[in-house]
Amino acid sequence: MKLDVNKIRNDFPILKRKVNGYPFVYFDNAATSQKPSKVISSITDYYENYNSNIHRGVHTVSQEATDAYENARKKIQIHFNAKYSEEIILTSGTTHSINLVANGFTSLLNSNDEILISELEHHSNIVPWQMMCEKNGATLKVIPLKDNGELDYESFLKLLSVKTKVVFVNHVSNALGTINPIKNIILESHKFGAAVLVDGAQASSHLKADMQDLNVDFYTTSAHKLCGPTGIGMLYGKKEWLEKLPPYQGGGEMISEVTFEKTTYAELPNKFEAGTPNIVGAIGFGEAIDYLNEIGFEKIEEYENELLEYATKKLKTIPDLKIYGEAKNKTSVISFNIGNIHSYDLGTILDKYGIAVRTGQHCAQPVMDFFGISGTVRASFSFYNTKDEVDYFYDSLNKAVAMLS
Amino acid sequence: MGIIEVQNEIVDEFSLFEDWMQRYEYMIELGKSIDLIDPSKKIDSNLIKGCQSKLWLDAELVHDKLIFKADSEAIITKGIAAVLLRVFSNQKPKDILNADLNFVDKIGLKEHLSPTRANGLISMIKQIKYYALAYSKN
Repeated sequence: MKLDVNKIRNDFPILKRKVNGYPFVYFDNAATSQKPSKVISSITDYYENYNSNIHRGVHTVSQEATDAYENARKKIQIHFNAKYSEEIILTSGTTHSINLVANGFTSLLNSNDEILISELEHHSNIVPWQMMCEKNGATLKVIPLKDNGELDYESFLKLLSVKTKVVFVNHVSNALGTINPIKNIILESHKFGAAVLVDGAQASSHLKADMQDLNVDFYTTSAHKLCGPTGIGMLYGKKEWLEKLPPYQGGGEMISEVTFEKTTYAELPNKFEAGTPNIVGAIGFGEAIDYLNEIGFEKIEEYENELLEYATKKLKTIPDLKIYGEAKNKTSVISFNIGNIHSYDLGTILDKYGIAVRTGQHCAQPVMDFFGISGTVRASFSFYNTKDEVDYFYDSLNKAVAMLS
Repeated sequence: MGIIEVQNEIVDEFSLFEDWMQRYEYMIELGKSIDLIDPSKKIDSNLIKGCQSKLWLDAELVHDKLIFKADSEAIITKGIAAVLLRVFSNQKPKDILNADLNFVDKIGLKEHLSPTRANGLISMIKQIKYYALAYSKN
C-alpha cells in the first residue's frame, strides 16, 4: 500500500497555517523538518507528568524520566542497528557530534597523518577538522566534486594512503542532495586502517542507515531533521573507538570517581554525556523515530522519489532554469537558479506566496565556489508534501520570474 | 525637499497600490533608476554585511549634503535601497541622524526591516547613519 499523504498531513498541525495570506507550503525540509503531534505531545507529556533529573534520583519520577531517556536511546539503537546501546551517545546534534570526534582525534593524530574530507561538506563539517589540524599538525585533504554533483570516487581512491587516519563524508549532501557511496568509501578506507565518520544529518529523514551493515566507525545525525525536536542528536561510535577517544567535556554524569588528584571517567555512554542531558529532547527523538517507522522508510523513500521526479520534470520546463546536482542517487532536494535572477529575489517572492524555500549558499561555500555561483534556491521535499504543492510552487515560480525579469 | 516631505511623497505613491505584488513591482522599477555606485567603488569595504546578495553603499559630502550611491545583485534589495536613497541622499548629515523610519511601515515593507532578515537593510540604514554621524562632526 502506498503512503496516504492526506492522512499524514493531519499529523502535522503547522501545515494548516497560512503565511502571508496563502496556505503554507513548506519546502525547506533539508533545513529542518516539521513535527507531528505525537512528538509535540511527548514533549508536553514529559513536562506535565514526569519532569525530573535522571540517573541519580531514588524517587519514582526520576526513575520514570530515566527509563524514558534510556528507552529513547534503545529506540535509536534499534533504528540504526547499532550493536550496543552504549554506542549511541546523545548529543545536541550533528555539529556537537562532529566536534566531539574531531576533538577526540586531536591527541591521537600528529603531523605525519592525513584526514580526507569531501568537497561536498557543510561548513560545520569543515571547521572542526581545520581546528584539529591547527592543533596537531595533521594535513587536511579534499575529495573533489564532479560536475554532476557526485564525489570524484577515483580521486578518493588515489588520495587514500597509509597516512590517512580519518575519512569524513556526508551520507547525503545538504546543498545538492547527492547520496554518497558510503559503503564503498568505508570499505576502501578500512583497507588502510582509517576511521570513517559519516554525517547522516541529511540522510536520516529519507533512508534508514544500518550501522553494522555499513561497518561505519562513527555516524551522526540531528533529531530535528527527522521530525524530532531541535537541540538533540546522536553520535554513533563503534565501542572500541569510543573507548579510545578521550572525553570531550568535563562535568557531572561523565565521571566515576573524583578526587583532587585524579578523576576516573564513567563507562560509555556517560563518558560523553557530561551534565544534565536534553532529557525531553531524547524522548521526542525516540517518538519521532517511532513515528517514521510506523509510516515505513520504504514508503517514505518511494513517495519522496516520486515527488522529486515530478518536481524535477516540471521545473525543467521553465526556460533558463538550471539544476545543480543531478547525481544518479539523490534525495528529494532540487537546488537551482533561473537565468540571472538572484536566488534572494526568487526566495523573497516565493515567501510572499506562502512558500518556504532556502536561498543562498546553504552553508556550503566550497560547493557554490565549485559551480562558480553565489548561491541557489533550494527546494527540499518531505513525505508530507504533495504534487498539488509542487504545482502551486511551479505556478508561483513562473509569476516570480515574470516579476523579476 | 526635506526628509519628512520625501517620506510623505513615497507613502502617497505606495498608497495607490492594492496588493504586495504591485508594491514590489514598483519598488523593482525604482531600483532601475537608483543612483548607481561607480564600479570602482564596488569594493569589499563598501559592502553591507548581513546581506544574502551583495549590496554596496558609498557616501560623499557635496557642499553640506551627503550623497549616497548604491547597487545590489538582487533587484528587490536594489529597489529597497533605492527607496532609502531617495529619503536620505542629498540631505544634511544632522537631518539624516534625526530621521525616523516610520514610513517603512506605511509602505508595507516592515518585514524587510526585521533585524533577523538576511537582506542587510538594517545594516544599510545603520551605515547611512554612521556616515551621517561621521560627517556631522566636521
